[in-house]
Amino acid sequence: MLNHYPLWKYILIAMVIAAGAFYALPNIYGEDPALQVAASARGIEIDDKTLSRVAKIFEGEGIQYRNAKLSSTGLLFRFNNKDDQEKAKKIAEKELGDDYAVALNLATATPQWLLDMNAEPMYLGLDLRGGVYFLMQVDMEAAVIKSVNTYVSDSRTILRKAKVRYLGSKRVSNDVVIRFKSEELREKGFEILSRDMRDLSFNEKEEGKTFILQGRLSEAKLKELKLFALKQNITTLRKRIDEKFHGLVEPIIQQQGDDRIVIQLPGIQDTAGAKDILGATATLEYRAVDEEHTVEQALSGRVPAGSKIYYTRERHEGSRVIPSVPVLLKKRVIVTGEHVTNAQAGIDPDTGGAKVNVSLDGYGGKRMGAFTKESVGKRMAVVYLETKQETVRDEQGNVLRDENGKAVVRRHTTEEVISNAVIRGHFSNRFETTGLDSVQEANDLSLLLRAGALAAPVYIIEERTIGPSLGQDNIDKGFKSVIIGFITVLFFMAFWYRKFGMIANFALALNLVIIVAVLSLLQATLTLPGIAGIVLTVGMAVDANVLIFERIREELRNGNSPQNSIHSGYEKALMTIADANITTLIAAFVLFVVGTGPIKGFAITLSIGIVTSMFTAIMVSRAIVNLLYGGKRIKDVSI
Amino acid sequence: MQILTDTHIKFMAHRKIAMILSLILIIISLASLAFRGLQLGLDFTGGTLVEVAYPVEIELAPIRDKLHSNGFDDAIVQHFGSPNEVLIRVAPREGISNADISTSLFELLRAQNSAVENRRVEFVGPQVGEELTETGGIAMLAALICILIYVALRFEYRFALGSVAALAHDVILVLGLFSVFGIEFDLTVLAAILAVIGYSLNDTIVVFDRIRENFRKIRKGDAITVIDASLNQTLSRTLITSLTTLLVLVALFVFGGELIHGFATALLAGVLVGTYSSVYVASTVLVAMGISKEDLAPVKKEGEQEEEVYEEV
Repeated sequence: MLNHYPLWKYILIAMVIAAGAFYALPNIYGEDPALQVAASARGIEIDDKTLSRVAKIFEGEGIQYRNAKLSSTGLLFRFNNKDDQEKAKKIAEKELGDDYAVALNLATATPQWLLDMNAEPMYLGLDLRGGVYFLMQVDMEAAVIKSVNTYVSDSRTILRKAKVRYLGSKRVSNDVVIRFKSEELREKGFEILSRDMRDLSFNEKEEGKTFILQGRLSEAKLKELKLFALKQNITTLRKRIDEKFHGLVEPIIQQQGDDRIVIQLPGIQDTAGAKDILGATATLEYRAVDEEHTVEQALSGRVPAGSKIYYTRERHEGSRVIPSVPVLLKKRVIVTGEHVTNAQAGIDPDTGGAKVNVSLDGYGGKRMGAFTKESVGKRMAVVYLETKQETVRDEQGNVLRDENGKAVVRRHTTEEVISNAVIRGHFSNRFETTGLDSVQEANDLSLLLRAGALAAPVYIIEERTIGPSLGQDNIDKGFKSVIIGFITVLFFMAFWYRKFGMIANFALALNLVIIVAVLSLLQATLTLPGIAGIVLTVGMAVDANVLIFERIREELRNGNSPQNSIHSGYEKALMTIADANITTLIAAFVLFVVGTGPIKGFAITLSIGIVTSMFTAIMVSRAIVNLLYGGKRIKDVSI
Repeated sequence: MQILTDTHIKFMAHRKIAMILSLILIIISLASLAFRGLQLGLDFTGGTLVEVAYPVEIELAPIRDKLHSNGFDDAIVQHFGSPNEVLIRVAPREGISNADISTSLFELLRAQNSAVENRRVEFVGPQVGEELTETGGIAMLAALICILIYVALRFEYRFALGSVAALAHDVILVLGLFSVFGIEFDLTVLAAILAVIGYSLNDTIVVFDRIRENFRKIRKGDAITVIDASLNQTLSRTLITSLTTLLVLVALFVFGGELIHGFATALLAGVLVGTYSSVYVASTVLVAMGISKEDLAPVKKEGEQEEEVYEEV
């Protein structure tokens, strides 16, 4: 029979429609203006007491809030409008003081049961929700130079230890250049260095009467080094952003290309504050634990000369919090972080416990060797020092500047003990810290240890900040144009193709719903050009139906029966539609691959729209036509 | 509603006039691109842009003076969208940390009028701009080549050349429009032009599909007759699809806001030019390259087989 679909096709279509409607649903609830409160000082806890305290403050000021919730990130208050939200922020900041961080936020109003089933609203890009975008360049040249310098000092240590006399060792561009007096000495040097420094490949050269050994980093090592610098920077930046904003923003930090990092901070307007995270520096200090005196004594005010009280870093392991405890350390530093060349987390094969392998450079190894020789059985700690910068502002919130127009920044340093372990034996430039609680602790520690050797400086090469009012404007205008464009097309199709036009309209509406559902499900970023992509899809999606309907009209004109015309109209148009859409998909794909940010958003919505429009315009419209006309004796088609 | 059905327009008879028209437009576009170039936006040139809003209408002159007398002699200050909103551009500079410029600009404005609101800040480093120009060009070429290959595989090499000629025609004319009228060319316009490639191709493919089908079906008549018949059969579809697309684009142009203007303009122009080129340019190339029935006849395609089935029903 012509124009009849098997039952499974109807069921499939019904299922897709149901799923589409379900996943598009969260988008109709919108967002509530909200206020987040989190702890910003050590030892401050957010609990029910804080909640009722803040609630009381708001009630006292007559600020209406819709509801309040306590979660792992802190308190969340929802308001009916932006005015209340703004007022609440000002009061909360004033009343709560410096111990708490307060941030404006938009909280989704989607009911929890939908969120539980992974049905979330679309993820809006920065151009729609407001926020800061940074593209940062990692200075790889500096990273390589730093690394080569380490090899230079290592080469000296190795040759000295092997008692091979050399004239000098220095860095020339990216090479280690070692000069010898004679060919025999160079031979000897080569033998030892090529054994101990496998990352380098050596060349021999003569310059007058000196014999030169030139070591160059292998391509693979160079690549590893750069990747390391990049990952290191990403980790550090993420940690600093979390600290700076107390977990109140959901940052996106991604690698882009070989040497770039993208940072997106939704909802943040304060670019000067965001830039402070780049000014922070971190380093490490290995220090002996003062075991002749007790911490208790020191805490009661009798700190021995030559020692100082430090606190361990508070750690979070899942929901468990390992609190900070005081430790008494000697002031003399054994080794600083700049001598740490690598730190890697691993598993101890003997005990199965987590460990961290640490490598020091030549100088660091020598100092460590001298210290551990006499300190086996004693304890050694690692102190993590971080210097942060903060842009200074006056009372109006303006950035203060010195006479040269440079922003005034205040720096403050925090010191935390990140490791405290017993020295089990005499070691120098390679050792491991074992007995760690978990793999996570090992990972955290290795990251912190490497932070001392923060491989390369970063600088901003692109910045985009969108204010919240512009974001809202973009949303409003974007949706307005989608709706107006959509309605115009609906009218036109109904006018031009009558009943079939209505069917196409249903398919088009369904197409919009499915696009929204797919975007929500993928949590792909919706940008302003992305909305433009949806608008364009609305215009182009009817093309498939236009092709089909024109074919049907043609068949009718040629005197075919209505049933035959419908059937062959769909069949003949199919290949044309496929060809036409695949070529558009190619263009969208190219856009996706080479485009960044907003352009990618456009490519995504365009591609999704093309694919879903094939389904709705061909299958869904056919299903309706079949239901209406299939198997019936019809004289006339309303087309 | 049905109009333009069963038309018998001799499109190919006018192909010489169309060709001359296209050539003139292409020459004007290329000449303008060569001598005037494109008014490249911040995305490509690098630099800093700050968009601010005031609660009331604001005069530009005081803002200009303030910025010019505070080290930003090159600042371009203009209204954006409404008299309440102001757009400021500063070229990239050597030496000074570029990321600081936006902050300083905004502070100067705030010192002058504390009601100023920060709408948007964009800073693009010169190296990013250069790369973008390069990748933009590569993207355009890559898209054209991929499409050329696909069409050559699906149809025949002459069709591929015809469709790419039509695409190049469309892209050059849209670029020419932006150059001649000095409309700002930014990243969204580049995206729009790639979308034009997709759209225009869509049109061309539909026409080609029909030409191929008719070459197999229509027994008498030369290539021009077949092409004319195909163009007439697809004419109503070509116009309706263009119309619906234009409808939504007009909505986007009017209601989409300043940021999307360039994008909408490029697409509006692209759709108009693309509709024309799928009729005239693509098919003219086919005729010029001497396409004939024999080139397509031997391959028996699925379309043909089904054809016979329907005749029996």
